[in-house]
Amino acid sequence: MNRFALADCTTIDAALSQLKDGAVVKAGGVDLLDRMKDGIEEPQRLVNIRNVAELRGIRETLQGLTVGPLTTLAEISEHPGIRAHYQILSDACGHAATPHIRNMATVGGNLLQRVQCWYYRSANFQCLRKGKDFCFAFEGLNQYHAIMEYTGCPSVAPSSAAVALLGLGASVELTSAKRGKRTVGIRELYVVPDANPTKFTVIEPDELLTAIVIPRPAPGTRSAYQKYGEKESFDWAIADAGVVLEMDGPICRRAVITMGAASPVVRRSPQAEAALAGKPVTEETARAAGRVSVEGAQPLSMNAYKLDLFPVAVYRTVLLAAGLRGRDPSAAG
Amino acid sequence: MSNRPTEDALLPQAAMPANSTVKMPVGVPGYTLHEETRQAPASEPPVWPINKDLQYVGHSAHRYDGPDKASGRARYTSDVQLPGMLYAKFVNAALPHAKVISVDTSAAEKYPGVRGVYVVEHVLGPAELRNPALDRGRYPVVRFAGQPIAAIAATTPAAAQEAATLVRIQYEKLPFVVDLDKARESNAPPVFPGPADEEGSAGGGGGPSDVHQTGNVHGPSVHRVRDTEQGFKEADVIVEGHYITQVQTHSALETHGVVADWKPGMLTVWASTQGTASVREELAGYFDLPMSQVRVITEFMGGGFGAKFGAGNPGVVAAALSKKTGAPVRLMLDRQEEHLSVGNRPSSDQTLRIGAKKDGTLTAIHLVSYGTAGCGTGAGCAGPATNLYQYASLHTEENDVFINAGPASAMRAPGHPQGAFALEQTIDDLAVKLNVEPIDLRDKIDNHPVRRVERQIVRESALWKSRSPVPGADQGPVKRGVGLAQSVWYRFVRTNCAAEVRVHRDGSLEVLSAVQDIGSGIKTVLAQILAEQFGVPPSQIAVKVGDTNYPVGPDSGGSVTTLSLTPAVRDAAWQAAQKFLADIAPALGVSPSDLVLVDGEVRSGSGKFQPISFRRAAAKMTASQITAQARRVPDYDPSKYLTYGGVDVAEVEVDTELGRVHVRRVLSVHDCGRPMNPEQTISQINGGIIQGISFTLFEDRLLDPKYGLMVNPDLDLYKIAGAREIPQIDVRLVEAYIGQSSTDASGIGEAAGVVSIGAAIGNAVYNATGVRVRRTPMTPAVVLAALRQGGTQA
Repeated sequence: MNRFALADCTTIDAALSQLKDGAVVKAGGVDLLDRMKDGIEEPQRLVNIRNVAELRGIRETLQGLTVGPLTTLAEISEHPGIRAHYQILSDACGHAATPHIRNMATVGGNLLQRVQCWYYRSANFQCLRKGKDFCFAFEGLNQYHAIMEYTGCPSVAPSSAAVALLGLGASVELTSAKRGKRTVGIRELYVVPDANPTKFTVIEPDELLTAIVIPRPAPGTRSAYQKYGEKESFDWAIADAGVVLEMDGPICRRAVITMGAASPVVRRSPQAEAALAGKPVTEETARAAGRVSVEGAQPLSMNAYKLDLFPVAVYRTVLLAAGLRGRDPSAAG
Repeated sequence: MSNRPTEDALLPQAAMPANSTVKMPVGVPGYTLHEETRQAPASEPPVWPINKDLQYVGHSAHRYDGPDKASGRARYTSDVQLPGMLYAKFVNAALPHAKVISVDTSAAEKYPGVRGVYVVEHVLGPAELRNPALDRGRYPVVRFAGQPIAAIAATTPAAAQEAATLVRIQYEKLPFVVDLDKARESNAPPVFPGPADEEGSAGGGGGPSDVHQTGNVHGPSVHRVRDTEQGFKEADVIVEGHYITQVQTHSALETHGVVADWKPGMLTVWASTQGTASVREELAGYFDLPMSQVRVITEFMGGGFGAKFGAGNPGVVAAALSKKTGAPVRLMLDRQEEHLSVGNRPSSDQTLRIGAKKDGTLTAIHLVSYGTAGCGTGAGCAGPATNLYQYASLHTEENDVFINAGPASAMRAPGHPQGAFALEQTIDDLAVKLNVEPIDLRDKIDNHPVRRVERQIVRESALWKSRSPVPGADQGPVKRGVGLAQSVWYRFVRTNCAAEVRVHRDGSLEVLSAVQDIGSGIKTVLAQILAEQFGVPPSQIAVKVGDTNYPVGPDSGGSVTTLSLTPAVRDAAWQAAQKFLADIAPALGVSPSDLVLVDGEVRSGSGKFQPISFRRAAAKMTASQITAQARRVPDYDPSKYLTYGGVDVAEVEVDTELGRVHVRRVLSVHDCGRPMNPEQTISQINGGIIQGISFTLFEDRLLDPKYGLMVNPDLDLYKIAGAREIPQIDVRLVEAYIGQSSTDASGIGEAAGVVSIGAAIGNAVYNATGVRVRRTPMTPAVVLAALRQGGTQA
């Protein structure tokens, strides 16, 4: 790890005023410190926002929820209002990493963590995402990599919270001292690697993620998220699915199906959504939605098995959301 | 099984003392317990009865150092802080194969805080060329990425790390190979320019040195028993399988490391080691110091599993830097170095063929194995095939395949989890073909008396009774299955160990041995032995171990510690007790033979005086201290009871849509002679089962084929079983007396589940699905592929 200057802030304004000279923001520090210890990021200046109280907490409004980015994954997963009306979010935050990490990791940090591709994470490989012109994963070890919507870099979206928030139609508020506030959707928060491989999000160097805004789900909405890994304890998803169903009695009026570990940026599956819209939710329709969720996928040399996993993740999570099946014992606990 | 000479065989044999005939309990209480006669040295203490008739030994006692470990008071090597201590950091090779042309340390030496730089002269661990002249050049050839090249000692860890990045190394790249199959090809880049061999360590590891080497293939090492051609001709059925297991790293929680303090006249080294004696020997040898001027201390130890014998590169380099700088030097490896450079369990690629008669009698076993121990040797895995069953003929060919990766070292039951994974699944295949129950087939071909009892216990268990005789019987995507497999390990005895017992006039008692407690709990057992002998609770015993200032202890490898050391401790305790009673008897007005030590008191057998407390009796000692030292005497009958083992049963659920294997329950029935402390023994078996599950389902050292670098050198993407992967484990400990020593203890570390659980899981997966998964780790990708192929060859 390199030597760096540390600016400890307790207010948003103080933090914003420190965002200069290549400063990097540190919240829980879970992912950032890993990157620094592994020598793949060497910031000269860290702005610690961990103690900015106004960035922490969950506010329920008539329009929905406003979540402070410093709220921990544990706080979100245990929040009664979120458990009742935003089950997908409490599922996603409650099954990330380990209990220890969930007590430390912030939801903002979870959204902004970098990809887990082992070539990106190793100081030995100078890859596309580090400003070089080569990706090692295509001809290398790619069992955990993307099966769709990649060209230059097939690393997969690492944030479980993003899969849930995309399903809920959430957006984030970004604040700059100079330009004030702007709002971007969860999907638009992320820069696809083809557009700019070294810029993971649209956040500018002088901007701070100051809120996560989640609209109130329509009446009759049911939702769920499930993650599948090689292990249950402390593992990354090899397949996952977020499901939001707007139900009208037994009929699904509208469905949102999201996936994380399939592509470089968290995605919705329009095919799976269409397979459910206007239909009753049954094992049959759920499986049909699962099948089409990997339509158009192009697996790499070692990850064709994911074509089997995502359809299962989607159909079982649709049934869970609809209340037709319990939480899957095969999913991460 | 290690066929290489043991440490004992290399030492001149001690003269046998005069013997007397003793009667000893032998067998399993409740099943086969009987009495056998032995010739034991006349100086031995009286024979102990079976555990139920002892007061402390054989009964569970909490860990002697449990509170220290739980509270953080325990001082591990990395906790040692000495005045003026420097922090050292390795500079490691970033290429898998290269000649080092130059090492420029000038910038590093000038870096603020740097006190010393050392360039590695000889790399310990890899195989050594039979003709060392083939490696020309000033520096050791780099044969794996992560090989240490130099080290920096500085006043802070940060300065050492920063200076390490300033060392400029000029390489001449050499072609490399990191894939087992590619390395076997005739045009593969050679890892060594000629034949090379690796010596075994105390815990196994290393391989044979008397074999042929062609290219990267070091072998075969051939072992034949009678004629397998004839055996297969006589067979009514033949089963065959091709099995592949991956490389596993030890991943002990505490990495390798030392604190070395080189002072004139004495080199003191705190080491995370499985053998204080082995560290002392290697350092004395390397630096040409008398043994009396090297002291090694291991107060607490955070796991070794076979990888921590000798000083190794960290020990030698830290000592050299301490000598150079005149200051104590700490050198602890980081997790990446731990994965890359200090050992692993070799992979295996096994083709196994077994022929049998209709009644199950095995007519032939034929095994050809290839495996890679990186740039070391020791990938043989024929132990289970050779030693578990009765057969008419056997032919095994074991091959080491060199690749450009870190050298293997011994790892918990070297070769056996791999070998048993193939053997025990093939035996189940044979049972299917013969249409008999797998447990009945084993009754036919396995004549080990204790495993026969263990199978009986399994047969009567609810778990085994719940097994469906029809594979793949469950409806729905999640299918349940139950399978069993057996393990074998060997009785290795180290007579080169001793202990001292002291009785102080204040009534306190202590036992001293250089033995290190590697986590299995020898400290607690030593306290129990003194407690039994002196009739005081174990909590009153001071146990001093892990210091070469004490009498030499055994290196802890091969499951030798308890069975080797405890008889010496009991003998010393018994002799000290006899001296003690003789010393105080005159003051009590009785003869020593009238005195009894029991329940914290000294009593007169004839009732000549009222019982007095041990402490009051000790006050009558005529010297401030009574001591006795004893050395391990050889086993009473070394021709008998040479192996032990167990039977493990796994219950799995296979989610056939996801390829997920989940182990729900394990029944583990094991023997290890006299269990000295059942709670600790069960803990060893729990650990073996967990490590074995982790090997079977998750762990994998992944090397990028194009660059030769490990892509998961951490504990995140190198996946190890966590809390949710650990099943309910029921251990049934079988007392199996063998009449071999004054404690009649055996070992458990190696046989403890890790050998057999992988095959038990494989057999359970077959029972669940009707499909055999012949490859580890059984990840979703592997299991889905096997299910798709319907169990044809992996």
